[in-house]
This record gives sequence, C-alpha cells and structure tokens, in this order.
Amino acid sequence: MSNKNINQPKSDNNPKHKINWGRLEEAERFAELVKLFRQGKLNRDDFRRFRLQHGAYGSRMTDDYSMIRLKLPAGEVYPEQLDKIAELSDSFSIGSAHVSTRQNFQLHWVALEDVSEVLRGLAEVGVTTREACGNSVRSIMCSPLAGVCPEEIFDPTPYAVAATKFLLRNPMSQSLPRKFKINFTCCEKHGMARMVDIGLIPQQVEINGRIQRGFKIFLGGGLGAQSFVGHQLETFTPEEELLYTIISVIRIFDRLGNRENMARARMRYLVNEMGWEKFQNLVLKERAMMKMILSLLVKLEIDKTPEVLRKISISSEMPSIPQGYSRWVKSNTVKQKQLGFSSVFLTLESGDVTSSQLRAIADMAREFTADGQIRNGFAQDMVFRHVKDEDLPRLYAKLLEVGLANPGALTMASVVGCSGTTSCNLALTNSHRLAKEVQRKFIELKIDEDDDLRNSTIKISGCPNSCGQHEIATIGFYGGGGRLGKDMYPQYTMLLGGRSDENTTLGYTCTKVPAKRVIPTILKIVEIFKSEKKHGETLDLWILRVLEGNGGPNVKSLDDIKELLKSTVVAPTKDQDEDFYADYGNDGSYHAKTGRGECAA
Amino acid sequence: MSKEKTTRVTIDADNLRSEIRDKSVKVLDIRKEEDYKQGHIPSAINLPLASLLADDSPEKVVQFAQSFGIGDETPVVVYDDTFGALASRVAWTLEYIGHEDVSLLDVTFGTWKKLGLEINTESPSLGKTSHSIKLQPQILATSDYLAPAKEKGSVLVDNRERLNFLEQHIPGAINIPYKMLASDQNILRPKDDLKRLIQNRNITSDSEIITYCGSVGTLSGLGYYALKSIGLDNVKLYVRSFKEWKSLEKPIEKQKDANYWDLSAE
Repeated sequence: MSNKNINQPKSDNNPKHKINWGRLEEAERFAELVKLFRQGKLNRDDFRRFRLQHGAYGSRMTDDYSMIRLKLPAGEVYPEQLDKIAELSDSFSIGSAHVSTRQNFQLHWVALEDVSEVLRGLAEVGVTTREACGNSVRSIMCSPLAGVCPEEIFDPTPYAVAATKFLLRNPMSQSLPRKFKINFTCCEKHGMARMVDIGLIPQQVEINGRIQRGFKIFLGGGLGAQSFVGHQLETFTPEEELLYTIISVIRIFDRLGNRENMARARMRYLVNEMGWEKFQNLVLKERAMMKMILSLLVKLEIDKTPEVLRKISISSEMPSIPQGYSRWVKSNTVKQKQLGFSSVFLTLESGDVTSSQLRAIADMAREFTADGQIRNGFAQDMVFRHVKDEDLPRLYAKLLEVGLANPGALTMASVVGCSGTTSCNLALTNSHRLAKEVQRKFIELKIDEDDDLRNSTIKISGCPNSCGQHEIATIGFYGGGGRLGKDMYPQYTMLLGGRSDENTTLGYTCTKVPAKRVIPTILKIVEIFKSEKKHGETLDLWILRVLEGNGGPNVKSLDDIKELLKSTVVAPTKDQDEDFYADYGNDGSYHAKTGRGECAA
Repeated sequence: MSKEKTTRVTIDADNLRSEIRDKSVKVLDIRKEEDYKQGHIPSAINLPLASLLADDSPEKVVQFAQSFGIGDETPVVVYDDTFGALASRVAWTLEYIGHEDVSLLDVTFGTWKKLGLEINTESPSLGKTSHSIKLQPQILATSDYLAPAKEKGSVLVDNRERLNFLEQHIPGAINIPYKMLASDQNILRPKDDLKRLIQNRNITSDSEIITYCGSVGTLSGLGYYALKSIGLDNVKLYVRSFKEWKSLEKPIEKQKDANYWDLSAE
C-alpha cells in the first residue's frame, strides 16, 4: 500500500518533467503482442526483438518475467516520476528498484503479462522504456554533475537531451548491428567519455575573437569481454557539427558493423579491426556528406534557456546536528560552482532502493533542491543537486530516517556490483550481493574516512562481460568458477589499476580470488599498500607506480602482489570449510549455470 | 467479461454513510478490539479477525451473525485497516454460510479517517435475530480439489508477493500479488484496470479461478473479491492456502538458480 501521506502539501512551485518521452500506444501494443506471443501467433525471436526494443529484458532462467529498464536521458528524473516508479514497483515488481551504471532504473521480476501496465504507468508521467535494450541507441548519459561541476566549461545537459530527441524512435536507431552508447560528461574527471561508442566532453575555443562552443569527441571505446579505450576524433568539434558527427558514426556502424558474429558486433571491434585512421577518415568523409545533404533540414534543437532555480527556504532551526554528519558531508557531497550550493550523492547498496525510499527521495527533492529534480549517477547512485549548504544537516537528518544516510558515496566504500545471479542470464556469480557485503564491511571499518583510499574504486561483475565495469576500477573483479578436485566454488578474477578519467586505463589481471576471500584480499592489498606507500601517496597512485615497474624494494610488480596474496586466496577443502563452496545468497554448493544472453538478441 | 452480478462487491463511503443513517445496514469492523475502542465508523460492530478464525465453522459463524442481529436479508458491510484483506476473509466466510448481501467498504478505516468522515466510540445495540445456514461449496476450494481442477484447465492464482511466489508456490499457479489489486485510495483498483490485468493474462470470463495465499485466505480473499468485482463468477477461495498445502507435503515449485532475494533493498 502507498506510504504517501495524502495530506502532504504539494505546492505549484514544484517543477514537473519538461519532456514527455513516453507513448501510451506503445504500452497498448506491448499488451497485444504478449497475447499474440502466448497464443503462438508470434515467434519467439520476433517477439524478443520487439520486447527488447521496448525495454523489457528476460530474467535469469525464464522469459516469463522481465527486467524493465527505464530510459532516463541524462539521468534526469522528477519527484512525480519517482512516486510513480515506486507505485509500479510495489504493484508489479518486487517493491524496490535498481539504479544501473547507465543512470537508469531497472524493475526486476515483472511478469511478462504486466510489462504493458508498467509501460502505461510510466507513460502517464512522461517516462519511456523505448530503446533501453536491444540493438538501438541506448539512453544518452550525462554526468550527474553537469551544470554544477566547478571544472566544466559549459553544461552539456541540453545537448544530451537534444540528441535523445533526435535519435529516440528515429528509424536509423532501430536495427543496428548491436547496441550503441553515447555519454556526455561535464569534465575530464567526472565521466566515462573514453569507454563508450561516442564520448563527449564540453570544450570551447576562441575563433576570431568569438567564443565557439564544441566538444572533444571520443569514438570506439567500450567495456566488454574485450575492452577498448576510445580515440579522439579531432582536436575540436564545433557544436554545429555535433549532430552530423553522431549521425555519421551511427551510419558507418550500421553499414559496416559485424552482423555475423554477435560477440564482435560492437563498434569498438569495427574500429579495432579497421584501424583507427581508416575509421576516422570514414567518419570525416561521411560527415562532410551529411552536412551537404542534411544541414538545411536537420538541426539539433538545443534548449539553451537557462535553468530557473526555485527559491527554497527551509525555515525551522535544527535542534542539533545529528551524529555522523561530518563524515557524511565529507564523503557524500560536492561543492557546486554555484556559490552556497552543494550536490548530494546517496549511497545505495549495489544500486538498490526500496519503493518507500523512492517516495522519501521524491519528497526530499521537492523540499531541498532548487532544481526540483534528481539525477541518477554513473555508479549506481542518485544525486540531489542545488541543495543550499545550510540545509545539508537537515537533509542528512531526513536521510537518516529512511536509511539513506550511509557515508562513503564518493569513496572506495561505495562498491559497484552488476545484477549478477539475482536476475541476469549470463552471470556466473552473485556479484550483486558481494558488492553489498564489501560495502557494508568497508563502511563498518570506516574505509571511507581514509584519505589514502578516497579516489580508489571497487567494481564487481558477475561474468567477464563488464556490466559491473570491473576493468575501470582500481580494484576490479569478474565472476567465474573455481575448482578443487571435483568441487566447484565461486571465484573472481581480480584486476588492478583501471581508471576512466583522462588517463583511462584498463585494469591488469592480478590473480584469481575465491568469492568468500574477496573481502580479506582487498584488506590485504590495503595493508600492503600502507606499508609500501610513499608520503602522501594514494592507493590508486601506488598501484599505478607498481604497474609502471617503479614499485619499492618489496613490491616491484603485479607478480609480487600476487605472491603476497597467495595465502589469502588459497582454497580449503570442502571438509575444512563448506561455506567456502557456496556463493553469497546460496545455501547449497556452487554450480555455474547460465542461460542465453539477451543483449545479443 | 460476463454480466456483473447485482450484489455489490464494494460500497463507497458516501453510500455507506447514507445507509448507516437509514439504519438499513450492519457494519462489521474487523480490527483489534483496542483499535475499535479508540474510534470506529458509527454503528459498526467489532469482530476481530482472530475471534472469527479461532473457530470459523459454519455453526460458529452463524452464531456470530445472529448475535449481531444479522438476518438472512440484512445488508452487511465489512471494513478493516489492512488494505481490505482481513475484511475480505470475513465477507467470504459470511458468503460461504449463505449470506448473500455482503460488501467491502472500498476504503480502509485509515483512509476514512483521513477523509475526515464521522467516527465515534459508541457501542451499537446488537438486536439478536436468526440466520439460516445454506452452505455455498462452489466458492470453497480444498487441497484435494486443486490438482484435478488444474487438470481441467482451472486457473490457480497465488496472491502473495512476488519474491515469496518465486521462492515457492503450488505447481502451475500464476502470481497476482495482492499489491497489484489496490489503487492509491481504494482497496481495489477501478474495474477497467482490473479487467485489463486479467485480459493481459488471457484469462477468459468463463474460467474457473481459484485463489490462495500464505496462510488463512486473507490476501487471497481480497484476490477473490477483486475477481468478483469485474464480474468473474466462477471463483473459489482455497481458504487453508499454502500453509496447509505445505503441511500436507504436497509438491512445491520454485524459480530455481536465481538469487532474486538479494535484489531487495530491505
């Protein structure tokens, strides 16, 4: 039942969503096609394609339930939309929602027969799921700090929104060789411009005394079973050329991408196989052509009206500042470029949030944020922006009431974990639960307060396919199975030294770590680091130094780290430790079991 | 969908208020005695669900009815503060002994209060009367009935929450969690919404449908009335539900090899 307080005043001052991305008729069509499919009048493959195009993914070991992925362009979501998502989760999902690493919400274990009801409810509040899955242009991301980041040159949000307006439901985006991802970031530090098909960072140059806006554009990056770092297309791409560049890249991918082998279909493989220079030339030529053909007809509609911030006043005095406040402020808030305002990151566990928490977050956004919205982040988190500095203690107190005041959001204590065996067909391990276990332990150990560890990240995937982004983590893990004699146990491969900023690097494989030894292994690495570090050196920089071969006398290379971890990662026999052979969340012995991947449909 | 029956499944607050003024209705409050004493809908009689469940044999139920002054023709309205599930169980029990005119108040007591409607603490006069027993076996399902009914194509509906259903359920059951049935304000969604939920599942109006839930038939009682409210007549309640099914060590199905519980943020 709804926890919403029906007496709560909702002032007209509350901004509503500006763009209606949803379409009711798509929900109705979905219901019709489910019926046809169930009656055997539509074949499984055709139905799956349709289902994915509308944001419904199969669930682990069954097509009878769907994971519904919302499409939230630029990660923007409004309070009324959160209330609706909470209601839909209560009615049709499992009473919680999951924030993905691509700023979307996912609702899990929805009966296939009810997907249309969820789409209908979402359309009522302007939200779509269209092209959130399948071989289409996926939700266009934009840094959750866009518009408030002290380092950004200009706010890229209107560009991300305009590009979505152009590409969503556009025939050119419907049937690509594989999925296609576009990310905008605010600055070098806060995004993932190099780990995506098209990555964009705002830039401006002065031409003949006039300031010209544009972007640094990176092409052909991406994480997966085989990952690549993107290449910069040219020094500067003026904003007038943004749309033609995007169209050109998509068209080339559409024509030349590998449609034979799904495992090599992402654009990064095309770029890699063709060679960057050749690909770059193709893009530039295609763009020249697109400009000739399209420039009079097709323009990006960029809404440059400055955002109107509401006046917020939270009058009453705080009796006292709640305990834990200073720890939380340090690890969960960022000072904005707008003086006197902060952005607040919520620490979720593997991106999971209950429906009642969603309602509370909606109410807090109404009360505390001057822009009246929420942005989902890149690390399974949610962000309030434009919160007045003096209101932070009161906001913290409210978060405490609903169990959302955990510290550590912007530190190593906040761990990313993909959905793993909780719902994904491809997963080999329960990475989702492991990420929660690591996070709980690290908050308990106050790892978030250690300045040496702040910049580092831990990311966990349940298989080699990188949804948990393990390759760009300081310490990354991907799941698999280990074996001692005839007994299988859940195990992870650990990578060290990944990062996604201007020096984007993929992590280097270090060693295999059994699932039940992941926490001791990370703690052991921290211990080694503490004894090896130079004055003022942070964990990520120490790992970088070791990887570059400049480690100290005791730890010169990755192999030395591996050697020091040997006793921690050794597998006991089943008689010695039965629990070792069960994955998190399971009582019985581990066995690797997977179904068909649906990304590839 | 078939023609809707003349007996109303739910009654709204305005109509109940006028019937209370006309003294043409008996109102049953299913909450605990201490909650009832704090205030209740005027003229409501307290029948805590626990008192009924202590012995819900037809003989005992008819005794309750008679002692409350409920005759064969007396309109009865039941309410609770538990999204209609407890009230549904009581309404179904009355229906089972042959009392035809029983309805659910379409809001909970909590909503009634929030709407600012009348509440008092007076105990109503009961006025004893007599009531016959005409058992209605066609609305009851027993454990033995389930398997053969499934064979014949009956639809078995589990009204528990999704995660509980995935964890274990009666083989062949489909899941319509009770939370799907309510709207923000009312214990049941508008009829058009409920009809869509059923049509989306390819359930036809002539299907036999059996509802069950975890233990005593409350959530599935609400499921029963949700189906009745959209004119589905051939509905049965497996009143002893999954608790009995398990104790009889009957076969159980589960969604295997998935750690869905770990997705819950509780």
